[in-house]
Amino acid sequence: MKIEGKKRVLREMVLHRRFEERCYQAYIERKIGGFLHLYPGQEACCNGVMEAARPGHDYVITGYRDHVHAIKCGADPKEVMAELYGKETGSSKGRGGSMHIFDAAHRFMGGYALVGGPFPLAAGIAKAIQLKGGDEIAICFLGDAANNQGVFHETLNMAALWKLPVLFVCENNLYGIGTSIERSTAVIHQHKRVAGYNIPADECDGQDIEIVYEHARKAVDHVRSGNGPFFLELMTYRYRGHSMSDSRGYRSREEEELWKQRDPIFILRDRLIAAGELTMEAFEALEKETDAYIENEVIKFSEDSPEPRVEDLEKYVLADRETQTPWLTGKAA
Amino acid sequence: MANIMYWEAIQRAHDEEMTRDPLVICMGEDIGVAGGTYKATKGLYEKYGPLRVMDTPISEGGFTGLAIGASFLGVRPIVEIMSVNFAWLAMDQMFNSAAKIRYMSGGQLEAPCVFRSAGGAAHQLGAQHSARMEKVFMGIAGLRVVTPSNPKQAYGLLKSAIRSNDPVFINEHELMYNMKGEVPDTEYFHPLEGSDVTRSGTDVTLFGYNISVHWCLKAAEILDKQYGISAEVVDLYSLAPLDRAGIKASVSKTHRAVIAEEDEAPVGVGSEVIAIINEECFFELDAAPVRVHSALVPQPYNHTLEKAAIPDHEDVVKAVLKLFGKA
Repeated sequence: MKIEGKKRVLREMVLHRRFEERCYQAYIERKIGGFLHLYPGQEACCNGVMEAARPGHDYVITGYRDHVHAIKCGADPKEVMAELYGKETGSSKGRGGSMHIFDAAHRFMGGYALVGGPFPLAAGIAKAIQLKGGDEIAICFLGDAANNQGVFHETLNMAALWKLPVLFVCENNLYGIGTSIERSTAVIHQHKRVAGYNIPADECDGQDIEIVYEHARKAVDHVRSGNGPFFLELMTYRYRGHSMSDSRGYRSREEEELWKQRDPIFILRDRLIAAGELTMEAFEALEKETDAYIENEVIKFSEDSPEPRVEDLEKYVLADRETQTPWLTGKAA
Repeated sequence: MANIMYWEAIQRAHDEEMTRDPLVICMGEDIGVAGGTYKATKGLYEKYGPLRVMDTPISEGGFTGLAIGASFLGVRPIVEIMSVNFAWLAMDQMFNSAAKIRYMSGGQLEAPCVFRSAGGAAHQLGAQHSARMEKVFMGIAGLRVVTPSNPKQAYGLLKSAIRSNDPVFINEHELMYNMKGEVPDTEYFHPLEGSDVTRSGTDVTLFGYNISVHWCLKAAEILDKQYGISAEVVDLYSLAPLDRAGIKASVSKTHRAVIAEEDEAPVGVGSEVIAIINEECFFELDAAPVRVHSALVPQPYNHTLEKAAIPDHEDVVKAVLKLFGKA
């Protein structure tokens, strides 16, 4: 990564961290309802991979911990927050919520709330790319626990069989909801599980963005060059619970502290400071500036935006009738 | 008009749409090289090649999800699920992904997929290959469900389903693939909504869909010839949405209703039709509507037990006679 790129991505990661922390606060204030799954601790995963890919050009799909992936693809943080507020101006017009952020214009194909559900969807997106002949790739970000679903294996088999341009990124954060990987999964290192499908795989530290970037570059090149799927495992950790209803009673505070020593933002920050490219004062200013942006623009936009109209309750269930007349009535339009 | 078989009608719809649009593809188990269990995709592999006619592994959840993902980018996949019993494995993707994607994305994405499957009980296929599952599909918001009762519908409904921007589940029947019928020589789109009055009558309406339309038609013939009862037969080819206006119009004319379904009764097509009658035209009724349906049992293997579990035209005749106090 070049120095300017590192500085830019640090700014982005700080935004991602502060955005998520502000969501936590808004949830406590009951501005946000439903389930809320936050990303702090894992920022280097999404950012490292997407720095090696082409955000807005490549198709990205993920699970319910999806705010940061959407923003990284190009979604406006204001619209993502407005979605959490359930507003008409939200990414999904208030119909989706935290777990269902979409931004088709930036090729962010959504957050899905069935664990493992995006696997075959990602392969399908790759199939469409293959049919249309584009140079895009599909990138599927999911956690380690999703690999215990049947569709994981079904999808790997098909992706390898048909050489689909899809990169599977496994963000191994060591927990599936509140059950540790040791207690749920016979194999800790997930990349070993794909060997049975003849899919090349790699594993690396998911906390150091430069390491993630280097590994992701090879993975992305492999897929974009028409060699079929690739599986990249990133070892990482989520600081907060699975969702807001989780008080993390299943793990020790010592373990959490150990991981926070390897915070992805601090690793990059300290490296830039050591290189003389950043000062601690400048970093603290960046945090303040980011918080001000979130408060004055993101939160304000969300607060001020209108709710969806109750008259529109059934809008978006089916395609607009006018566009479907010939098939609904049997008569040409 | 060509007199062709149900499977040929389905094959023709595939062929025409795949010729027209390179993004129409089909996939399923044994549909390519083997030509399809019911021949519905015969010759397509040779004509369009393996990229567009995909023999899938036996992974219903996986390949159904793959089709849905492809449809997000404008591909129009026709997915064949060899037996509707296997659709249980694909329902997560059909219901959670395809049916909800437009809504939960605020209209940004859509899943113009077609899922075709052989439903119904055939001959002694036992509990896990004889399911009727239309009741499961018809209650899902965002999913259209149609079920052809003849080759013309099989052709025209598939044509419309492929063009539709909504996901459509097409419930076919294992016993009907070799049924012959007239299909227009020119391109024809059957409406995805509504119902057909297949036989006009004045004394009672017999509601059927798919195979049970044929029980109703046979029963109507017997009722007319032997009992002087004029039965109207309404073909509910669209199960989601059901044709409220059509149900109301017919019952308002005949004042009596019998609903014949091969599915078991609870939470089924009959329950829904009766609910619609209650809501739309309760005071038009001269008698309480009656359901003719399968026994609530896992389908037995034994031939005699199987026959006892599934209704036929005689059960429809009996239900009508009972309605008229003649049995």
